[in-house]
Amino acid sequence: MSVVTVQLGQCGNQVGQELFDVLCSDALAGHRKTYSTASCERFFHLTSQGDLEARAVLIDMEPKAINSSMTKALKGGRWRYGEASHFSQKQGSGNNWANGFCVHGPRHKDAVEELVRREVERCDRLAGLMTMMSVAGGTGSGVGTYITQCLRDIYPASFILNHLTWPYGTGEVILQNYNSVLTLAHLYQLSDAIVVHENDTVHGICSRLLNIKAIAFTDINRVIAHQLGGVLQPALTPDSNGVYSLNPLGELVSALCCHPEYKLLSVSTIPQMPSSSVPYSSFSWTGLLKHLRQMLISNTKMEEGIDWHVRPPPASGRIRSVAGSSFNTSLANLLILRGKDVYCAETGNFEEATIYTPWLSPAEAFSAWKSPIPFNKYEKSATLVSNSQALLGPLEDIVRKAWNMFASR
Amino acid sequence: MEEGVISQILQGPLRELFDSAQLLTDVSGSGNNWATGHMTYGSVYRELIVDKLRKAAELCDCLQCFFLIHSLGGGTGSGLGTRVLGLLEEEFPGVSRIVTSMYPSAEDDVITSPYNSVLAMRELTEHAHCVLPVENQSLMDIVQKIQMVAHGAKPELMVRRNATLSSGQGGVHEVEKPFDAMNNIVANLLLNMTSSARFEGCLNVDLNEIAMNLVPFPRLHYLVPSLAPLYTLADVNAVPRRLDQMFSDAFSKDYQLIHANPKQSMYLACALMVRGNVHVSDLRRNIERLRPSLSFVSWNQEGWKTGLCSVPPVGHSHSLLALANNTCVKLNFMELKERFSKLYRKKAHLHHFLHVEGMDLGCFTEATSSLDSLIEEYDSLDATKDQATPDPLRLRIAT
Repeated sequence: MSVVTVQLGQCGNQVGQELFDVLCSDALAGHRKTYSTASCERFFHLTSQGDLEARAVLIDMEPKAINSSMTKALKGGRWRYGEASHFSQKQGSGNNWANGFCVHGPRHKDAVEELVRREVERCDRLAGLMTMMSVAGGTGSGVGTYITQCLRDIYPASFILNHLTWPYGTGEVILQNYNSVLTLAHLYQLSDAIVVHENDTVHGICSRLLNIKAIAFTDINRVIAHQLGGVLQPALTPDSNGVYSLNPLGELVSALCCHPEYKLLSVSTIPQMPSSSVPYSSFSWTGLLKHLRQMLISNTKMEEGIDWHVRPPPASGRIRSVAGSSFNTSLANLLILRGKDVYCAETGNFEEATIYTPWLSPAEAFSAWKSPIPFNKYEKSATLVSNSQALLGPLEDIVRKAWNMFASR
Repeated sequence: MEEGVISQILQGPLRELFDSAQLLTDVSGSGNNWATGHMTYGSVYRELIVDKLRKAAELCDCLQCFFLIHSLGGGTGSGLGTRVLGLLEEEFPGVSRIVTSMYPSAEDDVITSPYNSVLAMRELTEHAHCVLPVENQSLMDIVQKIQMVAHGAKPELMVRRNATLSSGQGGVHEVEKPFDAMNNIVANLLLNMTSSARFEGCLNVDLNEIAMNLVPFPRLHYLVPSLAPLYTLADVNAVPRRLDQMFSDAFSKDYQLIHANPKQSMYLACALMVRGNVHVSDLRRNIERLRPSLSFVSWNQEGWKTGLCSVPPVGHSHSLLALANNTCVKLNFMELKERFSKLYRKKAHLHHFLHVEGMDLGCFTEATSSLDSLIEEYDSLDATKDQATPDPLRLRIAT
């Protein structure tokens, strides 16, 4: 029931630190003993002095990002990273996937495997491994892919969830398209599920929903951490028999990744608003779920600017539509509800056959997890993890640009 | 190859930084002759240079890159400098070589500078990973502009500079030597480039990432540098410009460190390295704002490399270094070629070069043809500018 996180590269380490921050503050908030114990057990190791140590391994080919993440964690005072749970070199990967995958990965394989093995052995029971990285750089993408391959070899029976951050479409790194394509191609064979966050989308959430004027990477990372936290914190699942699930990654994978060719998952959360507005807002599950469903089928990632005209095609005479229609067909959806009155929430409109592909029955395609504990200060919140056509557009863009660069001259 | 400059450094405030083992001087200089520097001194001092380099490299935990700083117009910097570049490639093949070269301006005081430069350029094209060309004329223009702004905008600044009371700012010298302000700008260029390697930030850019991202084909590695805001030693208290203005400035031709107008030519790639209190949203906003006025090559339409470093330069809240791999450098090369041809046609001053052992006309012809083919490569890329290139056909997936 414990998850070991491997943070790779600057992005992975920065996002990972924010994620553990969110998880820790949510776990320790209020008097919620069972939830708190379950959450801490899942992500933290309780040292003999009573400190919380994150079950994480930090890897980078240059030391600055790791140092700053570890210092930030220490400064917060509520949790920290293990003193020896990090590995860094001095020279960086130069934004080069090949450098990461073929040179640095094999060179440092033993050291990294040792660090992960130590973390895994400290868990009573391993729920799975989660890697966090970006696809644009060199270390996260290259070394991350290589390490995933190693982990797959060493832990063949464990679930591996890869969390990827996709870069801005207008460029952060010129080689980002090559690095992304190479990473995704390899990860598809190795990973059980790939959860994606795109910088463009999260940037939009920061500016339009959270009203942040000067958006820094910390803001972006916090939104990602909030969305991931909503997925990973303990919840009651259909299989968990009235207690918090002991197998979160396994149940996520079995709920969503029903076919080995379809592993890309996207995440949407509702509501998302500036923290100053939260105490003055109240929500109903009906309202939240209605918006979330429309966000899903119209492929909008935030509750502003939703196109309410998009409707599922009629049940009879449905043609298998290709990307081009604005309706987002899902393969499978996982809805996670947290907060007050969660058992009264009606999820029926997510179970309609029209929003799913015809070859899977809605009963199998849709799952719902619930937790009566409010998450991260929102009285009611809903997270939707979706295996759908949503990422097709950005993926097509990345592949097209990579091909253009490759095939020219 | 002459002692004067190094002696001056050893008597100045930085003398503690240099060890005698790192220094190499000779007596008579290279006489502004590339061949003397490259062939004669190159052979004489080869072993010693390799030895000193090896000693310095061994002191490093992890050697990432060599910086070569020299001018192309003279004899030692140009000739011996490019010889050292070749040595670095032989002895340390895995380490990248970033070269900052001072290109001679049209009114250069060294008559043989076109010869020296063209001969050196061949070496740079073959052996360097990445070259940052800088021109003296541009630096002079920039220094003049700074002085105009400082004097025009704030008359009281002039009074303060001459006051006997110390103003307590770092780096204000009473007696400024003529090239100091210009050299300071180049120093700032290098400082900004290495800032992400030295300080932390939310989006680090290492030195090896610069060449990796900005050089699409090995020979096309000439990057046009531009800095904003501009300031010199004595000007640390300049008026802070608005952030967006800083981005616009970096793309205007007055801020480039060589005479070039990148906006009118094609970008192969561009890097923006920002220091200070700048957020990713500011960066994105400015990229979106400036993008329509720039033309990028067809296979790299959104080719931006961005870096954010949290620590700003001394006395400023933010600064920007833009490195552009742009086809406008071909115009500088064509001018250089022109000046070279003027002399070469008449075989003027050629005998000084040919008298040096190891040098013959073949070297000249090779150097010219290397420069020609470089110009042609940039030309052929330029020809695709503004052409709507259709996307190449995608691969078919086997079903």
